[in-house]
Amino acid sequence: MKPITQPTLAELTAEAMEWGRKPRRRGSWYVTEHMVRAMRAYGWTIVVGALGQPILYLLGLAVGLAALIAVPIPDGGREVPYLLFVAPALLATAAISVASEEFTYPVMAGFKWRQYFYGFNASALSSGQIANGVVLGAAARMLVTVVAYWAFICIFFEWLYPGAANFATSWISIVIGLVAGLAFGAPLMAYAGALEEDKGQFALVQRFVFMPMFLFSGTFYPLATLPLWLQWIGWISPLWHASELGRVVTYGKTVEPWLLAVHVTYLLVLTVGGVILARRVFTRRLAK
Amino acid sequence: MPEAVITAESLRKTYKVKGKADFVAVDDLSFEVAPGESFGLLGPNGAGKSTTMKMIGAVSTRTAGSLSILGLDPDQYGPEIRSRLGVVPQQDNLDGELNARENLFIYGRYFGLPAKVCHEKADELLAFAQLEDKAKSRVDALSGGMKRRLTIARGLINDPRILLLDEPTTGLDPQARHVLWDRLFRLKERGTTLVLTTHYMDEAEQLCDRLIVVDKGRIMAEGTPSSLIRQHSSREVLEVRFGSDRNQQVAGTLEGIGDRVEVLPDRILVYTSDGEAALERITALGLSPITSLVRRSSLEDVFLRLTGRSLIE
Ligand SMILES: Nc1ncnc2c1ncn2[C@@H]1O[C@H](COP(=O)(O)OP(=O)(O)OP(=O)(O)O)[C@@H](O)[C@H]1O
Ligand SMILES: [Mg+2]
Repeated sequence: MKPITQPTLAELTAEAMEWGRKPRRRGSWYVTEHMVRAMRAYGWTIVVGALGQPILYLLGLAVGLAALIAVPIPDGGREVPYLLFVAPALLATAAISVASEEFTYPVMAGFKWRQYFYGFNASALSSGQIANGVVLGAAARMLVTVVAYWAFICIFFEWLYPGAANFATSWISIVIGLVAGLAFGAPLMAYAGALEEDKGQFALVQRFVFMPMFLFSGTFYPLATLPLWLQWIGWISPLWHASELGRVVTYGKTVEPWLLAVHVTYLLVLTVGGVILARRVFTRRLAK
Repeated sequence: MPEAVITAESLRKTYKVKGKADFVAVDDLSFEVAPGESFGLLGPNGAGKSTTMKMIGAVSTRTAGSLSILGLDPDQYGPEIRSRLGVVPQQDNLDGELNARENLFIYGRYFGLPAKVCHEKADELLAFAQLEDKAKSRVDALSGGMKRRLTIARGLINDPRILLLDEPTTGLDPQARHVLWDRLFRLKERGTTLVLTTHYMDEAEQLCDRLIVVDKGRIMAEGTPSSLIRQHSSREVLEVRFGSDRNQQVAGTLEGIGDRVEVLPDRILVYTSDGEAALERITALGLSPITSLVRRSSLEDVFLRLTGRSLIE
């Protein structure tokens, strides 16, 4: 007396294969969509941070520190105004700072506080796609931040030092900023994904990883100014590598080709390695 | 007999525990679920029901054994299987920062449904969950039962072939529970396969065509609700109370009355084919219970028998 006829098992299997196709292909974007939507909850901090930070830093440095340090900074065969020297590093710092937020708390929330990763995972999405979506969502926010920074840098330089910056190539610092954020963020995401509980580790990362990196990565002065026993912090810091690349594209700092290759490779290795590791951590944890 | 949509053979799941031997959550489960069937997993807390549900849901990977859902192995075809499943986990995992409607809409997106379909479905399911007036409320601001209803609604967004419900009605008021039962009956009529766990025995009797009783990761019994009652319990049950301090003491003297006597903290259960006769024999012994009640055996009695514990915590 069944009112409907049941499909056969073979038909059900075929249907599942068909339904699985689209999520398999596009699942990472679905997660990205969710992550970006979730950012709206603190959307105003993102906007205020993205617009306010560059204004504050650039203005503060321009009218304060840069006025004090009136001597041009010799860097890579060129002499550049102090503000021009720090600007590319500030841009990369902004991206990394976003990464230090987006790759920590939302990951902890997804696994533990709000558990939405488990919700994603019960649908057609895979754990690898969930990890991808977190990366892409964070990248989207970094992009907003970096583009805003770059725009302000352009405005400032046209106003203060017309002709000093090379706008034909300086837009590449947007890409560099993104990669810097990912190089720092992806390994951090693997770490955050492996944490069972938040006992203040993220605050420690801010204080003892992000801050020293910010201070000792040749952000405010050339790295070579530091004694050798402090320089290693810069060498392992994605911020230094990104800042150097930013200087190359912003004002044509000359860097040995091998060193250029090291900068690029280092950032890419951290990014790719971090993403692979994070995907593995996510997969293992969600399959428990 | 149509081919089973879920086939589990010697299914096993162990969890790593630091410094100790692996903990066995699911030991050796073998069962099949036919298309359109409504299949129940019953068992005390920690029996391994949720763990089993997560393996059927193609999220938790099995340690050993074989498992086939819709003819596919979840180890390789997780997304394909999950695309045709509806899942209501024991613990709600809605996104509390999004509103009720967004939670439904965006969940539909995960299955690759077009935005237009997601919008229609979201409205339809909000009505089903009776949450239309909460559509724009943040999920964190909903009551526990409302969240539960939303989670259940979310599980239906992709018109699943198999619906997995892990304690779906926990936290629901009676009215919402009946609305859900009604909806589940209708899904069943349309051919949806249901797999559910519950601690409410009346719910299991109502909803399940067939069920297994699990304890410590193993199957203790299997059958239809009525066959389980026939096999594992007497026709009637006499419940007598002598006061919590006297129950244990009196129980000894009741041995031999009925087929079996079970002492609970607050009452004594006498399993017998004739409850009234048993009560007469008790009064003939000169005992006068504070209250007495004769009823038909239920699944709950099967449970007490099989697991040695009351199921409703
Ligand atoms: N992630 C995990 N890690 C370690 N042990 C776990 C994990 N998940 C479940 N367990 C253990 O496995 C056993 C079975 O748990 P499960 O959640 O499947 O029980 P259940 O039958 O659903 O119980 P309940 O009725 O309380 O929901 C429990 O002893 C539990 O402690
Ligand atoms: Mg459970």
